[in-house]
Amino acid sequence: MSPSSLAYWQPEAECLDREELEQLQLERLQATLSRVSRNVPFYRKRFTEAGLDPDELRSADDLRRLPFTTKADLRQAYPYGLFAVPLREVVRLHASGGTGSAAIVMGYTRNDLKTWANLMARLLVASGLTKDDVVQITFDYGLFTGAFGVHQGAERLGAAVIPTSSGNTKRQIKIMQDYKATALVSTPSYALHLVDALVEAGVNASALSLRRALLGGEPWSEEMRRRIEDHLHVTATDNYSLSEVMGPGIAGECLERAGLHVAEDHFLVEIVHPGTLEPVPAGEPGELVVTTLTKEAFPLVRYRTRDLTSLVQEPCPCGRTSVRLRRIAARSDDMLIVKSVNVFPSQVEAVLREVLRAEPLFQIVIGRRRALDEATVLVAVSQATFFDEMKRQSELRDLLERRLASELGVSFEVKLVERHTLETAADRRRVVDLRKL
Amino acid sequence: MLRVRNLDVAYGSVTVLRRVSLHVREGEVVAIIGANGAGKTTLLKAITGLVRARGGEIALRGREVVRLRTEETVALGCSLVPEGRQVFASLTVRDNLLLGAHVQYRRGRRREVAEDLERVYRLFPVLSERERQLAGLLSGGEQQMLATGRALMARPALLMLDEPSMGLAPLVVKDILEVVASIARQGSTVLLVEQNARAALGVAQRGYVLETGRVVLEGTSADLLANRDVQRAYLGREIDRDAEALPA
Repeated sequence: MSPSSLAYWQPEAECLDREELEQLQLERLQATLSRVSRNVPFYRKRFTEAGLDPDELRSADDLRRLPFTTKADLRQAYPYGLFAVPLREVVRLHASGGTGSAAIVMGYTRNDLKTWANLMARLLVASGLTKDDVVQITFDYGLFTGAFGVHQGAERLGAAVIPTSSGNTKRQIKIMQDYKATALVSTPSYALHLVDALVEAGVNASALSLRRALLGGEPWSEEMRRRIEDHLHVTATDNYSLSEVMGPGIAGECLERAGLHVAEDHFLVEIVHPGTLEPVPAGEPGELVVTTLTKEAFPLVRYRTRDLTSLVQEPCPCGRTSVRLRRIAARSDDMLIVKSVNVFPSQVEAVLREVLRAEPLFQIVIGRRRALDEATVLVAVSQATFFDEMKRQSELRDLLERRLASELGVSFEVKLVERHTLETAADRRRVVDLRKL
Repeated sequence: MLRVRNLDVAYGSVTVLRRVSLHVREGEVVAIIGANGAGKTTLLKAITGLVRARGGEIALRGREVVRLRTEETVALGCSLVPEGRQVFASLTVRDNLLLGAHVQYRRGRRREVAEDLERVYRLFPVLSERERQLAGLLSGGEQQMLATGRALMARPALLMLDEPSMGLAPLVVKDILEVVASIARQGSTVLLVEQNARAALGVAQRGYVLETGRVVLEGTSADLLANRDVQRAYLGREIDRDAEALPA
C-alpha cells in the first residue's frame, strides 16, 4: 500500500456494527416513508389503495407489505411526478431510458449529490484507488448517471479526473498514454475493445500507467475479467449502477472481489422471486428490489430493478460489514429461451457494442418454423454502411453472427437495416417474440 | 447508549408520537428539532418515564426502560433538564445543585459530590459567584445554567435538555450551548430538544426532525442544515440563493 492509500472512505459507516446498522436502516426507512407519503401523491395513493398505513411499518421486514414500484410507474410519472421535493430544490437532473416520454428523469438535491459523491468515493477506495490516481472516465457525459457519478466520487477522493467521455478510441489511447492514466472507468465491453485497439495501434499495454479498472454498466463474466486484467495489466473491479436508484455507487467490489458491497446505510435491498414476488430464502437468487433510505429528491420504495442476483451475508475479510450482491448475472424481465439456451438481450447488446464500437440500436425477433426456433437480430447501421459495398456489409454481418454464436452459444441470423427502419417501426420493443402469438 | 424503537405515545385518543425510532451513541450530541407540538417534549418525557408509552422499546445502556419508573431511569443515568428550568426558587443556588446529587448521596459518595460541585462551578462560573443567592432571583439564563448544572450533579450517562434556549437572549443561548458542547467534549452523551434548530445543530453531530409526531428526517447536522425543508421550516430562511453559503 502506498502511504496515501486508505482502507475505507467512511469507516464509521462502512464497518458499522450490524445491530447499529439495522437500527439506522429502520430510522431512515420510517423517515423516508413519512416523507414520501406526505410529499409524493403516487405513493400516498398506492399505500391507500393497498390499505396500508406507512405509520404501521415497525421493522424492515414489514417492508414486504408495501407495494412494489416498477419502471412503468417511473415512466408514467414523466418527468417530475415522483419527486419528493419542489423542483427549485433540485440542483441536478439526469435521465435514463432514451428520450421522449419513455425516459425516466431523476432529480438530485444538494444533499443527494453530496451523498452520491461519498458513496462513489467509498467504491473507488474499495477498488484500491487513492487521491494520487489519475482516473480516465470513458462513460458518456450526457444525461446518463455513470460519468457524473464516478466523476464526483473521484473528485471527492481527491484523484485527478480525465473526463474523456465515450468514443474516439484512438484519442482515448493517446490521452491514456500522455496523461498517464492509472485507472480506467468503463464498461467491461469497452475495456475489451481497448485491448484490441491497443494491439491495433501497436501500443504495449505494459508501458501504460494503468493499474486499476472500475467496470460496470452491464453484466460481464469472470472470463472477461481475466482477459481484461491480463491484457491491460490492471486489477478490475465490478460495480453496480442503476440510474433510477442513484447511479454508480450503490454497490461495488472491494479488492477481495467476492461480491459487491451494498451501501446499506443508504439503500435497503431485498431479493424476491421474480415470479411470485415473495422474498427468497437467504442466499437464494432472485430479483433485486431496492428502497432508498436517504434520497431527498427522488426516493424509491421497493423498486424492482429486474436484475437477478443473490445476497452474501457472511462477513467479508475486508472488514466492511455490509451484505454483498453476487455479481449480476442477468435481468429478469427479458430472458429469452432460444433453442433451449438462455439468452439475454443485454448479452446481444454487449456483443454489438463491442463490434460496432457504438451504442447499438437493435431488435431481436424470435420466430418458429416447423417447431424450430428462429432467432434474428435486426441491427441498425449508418446510411454510409448500409449503402457500402455488398462485400463489406456481408463481412460485418458474418462477423456479428460469428461473435453472437460464440458469446451466446446459439446462432442468430443478423440483418442489417437502416437506422430509421428501427426508429420508425410500429413495434419498437427490443425483443419481439412471435412464438407466443 | 440510547436506542428507541417504534415509540408510540398517546394522550387519551390523541396520538402524539407515531413509531418514533432514534438512537444516540455514547459521547454523541444529538438534536431533536421540530415545531411546537411536534412531540419533542413528550419524547423526552417518555424516555424518562414521566409519560407512559403505548408501545415501542426504549433501551438505555442496553437495558429496556420503557416500563420503568422515573426514579429508576434516573438511577440508570438518565437526567432531564426540563423546559422552563423549574429550579427551586426559594432554595439557594448551592442547595439546588446539591439536590441534583441525591442519587450520589444515596450511594454515599460525598467526596464525589464535592468534586462535581467544583466541576459545575467551573463550567458555570456565575453559579459559583451566586452560590448563596436564592435561585428565584437569578436571571433566565442563569436559571438555565443552574438547571443544567443540577442535572450534571447526578453524573448522568445521558443528559437530556428540553428547549434550553427558550426565552433567552441570543447571547445567553450561545453561552449555554457552548457549555453543552464542552460537556460533550468531556465525554457526556447529550440529547438536545430545540426549536432553535440553528443553535441546536451547531453543537450536535446529528439530528432528527420531528413533525406531527413522526421522524421525517435523520442526518448529520451539516446535511440537515443544508436541507431546504429544514431551512424553510426551522431556520427562518426563505427560498433564495444563499444555500451556497452553508457549510457543505
